[in-house]
Amino acid sequence: MPAGIASIPPEEVVLRFEDVSLHFGETPALDHLSLEMRAGETCIVLGAAGSGKTMLLKCAVGLVKPDSGRIVLFGEEITGLKESQLFDIRSKVGILFQEGGLFDSLTIAENVAYPLINQRALRKKGQPRLAEAEVDERVREALRFVELEETLDKFPSELSGGMRRRVGIARATVTAPPLVLYDSPTAGLDPITANTIVSLILKERDMRNAAAIIVTHRYQDGHLMSNFRYNSNIGRIEAVSHNGSGGSQVNTRFLVMEAGRLVFEGSQRELQASQDPYVRKFVKTGGS
Amino acid sequence: MLGFARHLPGLRASHGSIYSVGGPGLLDFLKPSVEAFQDFIYLAGRAIRNVFRSPHYADDIFIQMDVIGVGSLPIVMMIGFFSGAVMSMQMARALTTYGATGQIGQIVSITLVRELGPVLTAVLVAGRNASGIASELGSMKVTEQIDAMRALGTDPIQKLVTPRMVAMAVVLPLLTVIADFIGLIGGFLIAVSLLGIPGSQYWTPAWQILEYNDLTQGLLKPFVFAFIISLVGCFYGMRTSGGTEGVGRSTTTAVVVSSVWIFVVTLFIGRMFVHL
Repeated sequence: MPAGIASIPPEEVVLRFEDVSLHFGETPALDHLSLEMRAGETCIVLGAAGSGKTMLLKCAVGLVKPDSGRIVLFGEEITGLKESQLFDIRSKVGILFQEGGLFDSLTIAENVAYPLINQRALRKKGQPRLAEAEVDERVREALRFVELEETLDKFPSELSGGMRRRVGIARATVTAPPLVLYDSPTAGLDPITANTIVSLILKERDMRNAAAIIVTHRYQDGHLMSNFRYNSNIGRIEAVSHNGSGGSQVNTRFLVMEAGRLVFEGSQRELQASQDPYVRKFVKTGGS
Repeated sequence: MLGFARHLPGLRASHGSIYSVGGPGLLDFLKPSVEAFQDFIYLAGRAIRNVFRSPHYADDIFIQMDVIGVGSLPIVMMIGFFSGAVMSMQMARALTTYGATGQIGQIVSITLVRELGPVLTAVLVAGRNASGIASELGSMKVTEQIDAMRALGTDPIQKLVTPRMVAMAVVLPLLTVIADFIGLIGGFLIAVSLLGIPGSQYWTPAWQILEYNDLTQGLLKPFVFAFIISLVGCFYGMRTSGGTEGVGRSTTTAVVVSSVWIFVVTLFIGRMFVHL
């Protein structure tokens, strides 16, 4: 993958929510939510449908404005920014939408090239846009990464659900952003395809050390992200070795949301040990 | 502004105390309509402002001109022809009573250019294109393509709304001129074939009766209707929610609202030009 837009020091906070609330009518989508995320960290967000997981991601990139609270993205408060001011900071974030969000009137190549062509922050000084050859090369590279290079000239409607999700990952990561948000990347997919998608996310994380928030219903997704890593030397995914205290070597944190509130935050081990009946539902139903 | 504009920059949900005075009442009843109108004005303002701001999506404008203009041409020509022919036929009966069948060209011409041409063309284009725009943008909304566009560095109003508005503002007056002319031909064929009026007796007064006042309102109306049709279609498309059912609802609403507004606005524009 190409070099990222900005290399982020490991200890830098890439995203911070401070007492953020968002309501739709009387229904709270986010309820006084606070969280912090550091560079290179992976957050697995679990929660029932309607618990505010998707709104968390949309607020994180300014697609939805909260009613109150502050959101700081890469050191810049985005809650008060205008749409035009958000474009540059959004170029540091890749996002995979729940429905894929692929433009159905564009080919796969055009879809993946879209951020490269439209994000102003990526343009070199004095140039109106990236060179066509460079765009083409990076699109091919991104599609090769998700093993879909042969679909360049196809349209999204010609691909299966899993393939569309993989194209979505290619589009989200083609600019090599330091933070990638995945909204239910495995929802509605069969277990084999779902594992392929998680493997790609895992590979993307470990090859670039990008921070990631993964919203999911499946505990297995978090388990894989937490206990496996991509070994670039052998080109395979392998289980991580655990240290003496039983902690995972992968920098992964689990969050559980209920009715817009964060009801759990901790490691996989702490999640498994939780006695909260709501939290336990997500450990039990998925199994590991 | 709880709906569409909440997801767009610049506007925030307002919770003014005026709404809660006296509990549920007239203000609560009016609140959704006022909010919708406020959102519409906001969208229209930004779409018009974008005409003067970069980036400009010229390709999208030409594509929309093709979709709206060339795509609507056959049906606009057909309706124009038959409306002129029917008007000629129906008027002939009344005019025969007064021995004034020679006036048929004047009546067809003035009615078509001032009122029927612009309104019929606009209603047809609203039925065809306000629905098309609302369903296209609605589908994009429910499949998160509009959110994706914003996340990937594009202003959806600049990319989707402004090109449709500009294209409509260019092609609707042109379609209206074509409909007017074809309508006059329809009236001419009836006048000549059924009423036995010589061609010159139809065309000369039909042409001479038209004043700048008639031509101005005949072109101003489709220009204003173009904004109504395109912006109403985009507005309902971009505030779609509720999946495919929501897309259907937005499409229907866009056609109904734009058609009603066409008839309301034509009265006000007509009043500006008709001095009683």
